Amino acid sequence: MLHSAGVSTLLSVENLQTHFVTRGGVVRAVDDVSWDVEEGETVALVGESGCGKSVSALSIMRLVAGPAGRVVGGRVHFKGRDLLQLSEEEMRRVRGREIGMVFQEPMTSLNPVLSIGRQLTEGLEIHLGMTPGAARRRAVELLGMVGIPDSERRLTQYPHQFSGGMRQRMMIAMALACKPSLILADEPTTALDVTIQAQILELMKDLSRRFGVAMLIITHNLGVVARYADRVNVMYAGRIIERATARELYARPRHPYTLGLLRSVPRLDEPRRARLDPIEGQPPDLTRLPQGCAFTPRCAFSVARCSAEPPPLAPVADGGHVSACWESARLDRAAARSAAAS
Amino acid sequence: MWKYVLKRVLLMIPTLLGVAVLIFFLMRVVPGDIVELRFAGESAFAQKENLDKERARLGLDQPMWRQFVTWMWGIARFDFGTSMWTGAPIIEEIKLRAALSFQLAVMATIIAVVLAIPLGVVAALKQDTWVDYFVRVFSIAGLATPSFWLGIVFILMLLIVFKWLPPMVYTPFWVDPWQNMLQLIWPALAVGYRYSAVATRMTRSAMLEVLREDYIRTARAKGLWQKLILSRHALKNAMLPVLTVVALEFAFLMGGLVVTEQVFNLNGLGMLFVESVARRDYTLTQALVMLVALVFILVNFTVDLMYAWLDPRIRFR
Ligand SMILES: Nc1ncnc2c1ncn2[C@@H]1O[C@H](COP(=O)(O)OP(=O)(O)OP(=O)(O)O)[C@@H](O)[C@H]1O
Ligand code: SF4
Ligand SMILES: [Mg+2]
Repeated sequence: MLHSAGVSTLLSVENLQTHFVTRGGVVRAVDDVSWDVEEGETVALVGESGCGKSVSALSIMRLVAGPAGRVVGGRVHFKGRDLLQLSEEEMRRVRGREIGMVFQEPMTSLNPVLSIGRQLTEGLEIHLGMTPGAARRRAVELLGMVGIPDSERRLTQYPHQFSGGMRQRMMIAMALACKPSLILADEPTTALDVTIQAQILELMKDLSRRFGVAMLIITHNLGVVARYADRVNVMYAGRIIERATARELYARPRHPYTLGLLRSVPRLDEPRRARLDPIEGQPPDLTRLPQGCAFTPRCAFSVARCSAEPPPLAPVADGGHVSACWESARLDRAAARSAAAS
Repeated sequence: MWKYVLKRVLLMIPTLLGVAVLIFFLMRVVPGDIVELRFAGESAFAQKENLDKERARLGLDQPMWRQFVTWMWGIARFDFGTSMWTGAPIIEEIKLRAALSFQLAVMATIIAVVLAIPLGVVAALKQDTWVDYFVRVFSIAGLATPSFWLGIVFILMLLIVFKWLPPMVYTPFWVDPWQNMLQLIWPALAVGYRYSAVATRMTRSAMLEVLREDYIRTARAKGLWQKLILSRHALKNAMLPVLTVVALEFAFLMGGLVVTEQVFNLNGLGMLFVESVARRDYTLTQALVMLVALVFILVNFTVDLMYAWLDPRIRFR
């Protein structure tokens, strides 16, 4: 599991499968997915709404909402252990201690009736056995670190007295509190203003460098990925359909879906409405996935083989660039360049 | 905060005044008065002058506004006058009964809350398992069972199984706590069961709602103990709606237990209320209504303070 010399794999998800049993059938939210994160690395998980990004992260944390939702297969290797095999108590000691999580909705993800200080110190007290006094001093330091001034006073305040951006900073402080080695950030900026989005992402990048924390950034915005991620996994209908380094993915996308995403990138420096060129059509119903490639109905490149046989995730270039598309060879440089130009 | 409290306290005065006006005139709109009712029992042909004399004695011959002012002036001096029917000071009429009703309401509330919160929480945590079904049946049965009927069952059980009846005469708690409890625990249980059913259902649904909130997921992602997530993160939020239900129920118990009081032979406010209205005992009815209104207002006020205490979004508005 070594990718380059000296760097070892921190988290490795293998053949993960998470299903929801609903009245309409079994939703295959995460369908046999494998990816990994190296120590200190920032990996992105990109895809349209509903493709299974959040469920992937929640599966790793074993926080999928049961009893309807269940991880039905696969392994999640983290520091030499399979998280899916741990007891509930062992898993509790991983959550917040070794893996921190930042959620998408800063307005609802903090408890409205508990003070910022309380929510920030409880993890420290429980995981690190800090005294209330020590935890409080550390909390002041953490708030300062995520750029919340006047942190002493801020600790006594409540979430409703914080703006959206400050709440997200607070979430980041909470995720970082116990110095975890991995942070799962589920659309950490989607709910925020464009200017604040950039600030928050810069902050996360900066902190992850400073503390050597690995990060999984979940987003549906490839623009975010370009600036902040080392490697990118593109997800479609519960599967990874392409993976490459961020630079490679931008320059030479080898999957029609990625190409579509690149064309619809809203830029960080433009207002949010700028969904330029969304991919036509709807993602498939996850209860009735087609036999072949799930992207077929929306794909401009599709051929007869596509609807009959599912394309495997196969190497298409050096540096670990893989793509699940029968026609990936046709997506050559020219197509990529026209995408970048438009 | 203190300004808010002061404002609320001052606002009680106009509210109570409104209640006073309303009850004063409503009582007098109802046909028949106490004098007619009293003489009706003695002979069908009571002398008109006797009736008038009696009315004059009770002050009922005065113009309405003067009666009202007299009454208000009395209240302002904490003098509620005497009962028109018995002639006893109203304070004396009400004192023991209010103590009994209050104690019963408090006991029923304690029983209800002690039952409802754990049951509601467990039912929510074990949603759609047999535990949940059991709690739901238990609480639906509670809603469907009239308290007085349950009271009768209690009394019969005690009589048949233990050949024992609870004391029939009220002993104030401060005189003999044991005797007092022996008498009041049964009606408190009978009333508390229905009450707990209401509160259990509210706790369960509030808890279910809170457990689905994003901040509970955040708390779990932080690796907190399940117990801590429940007690610190979930309960405090879930208690807000439960508090309202419990408070309303409490205020209702102070004046609304008529049949249950009869079953247990208790001299509480409920029976007194019915009797005083039936007798057109204006002064007593008015005093009782004012008392119950005051209880409602105070309970409401307490609930608002507790909301502010529980929810910083209200506290720091
Ligand atoms: N509790 C649930 N019950 C049933 N289906 C669910 C549940 N949670 C998620 N799903 C399904 O799983 C799929 C993946 O959901 P997920 O939340 O991971 O999407 P996502 O990629 O994070 O999208 P978004 O960008 O909107 O956050 C969706 O199709 C959704 O319908
Ligand atoms: S396999 Fe076929 S349908 Fe699927 S993305 Fe490639 S070309 Fe399009
Ligand atoms: Mg999501």
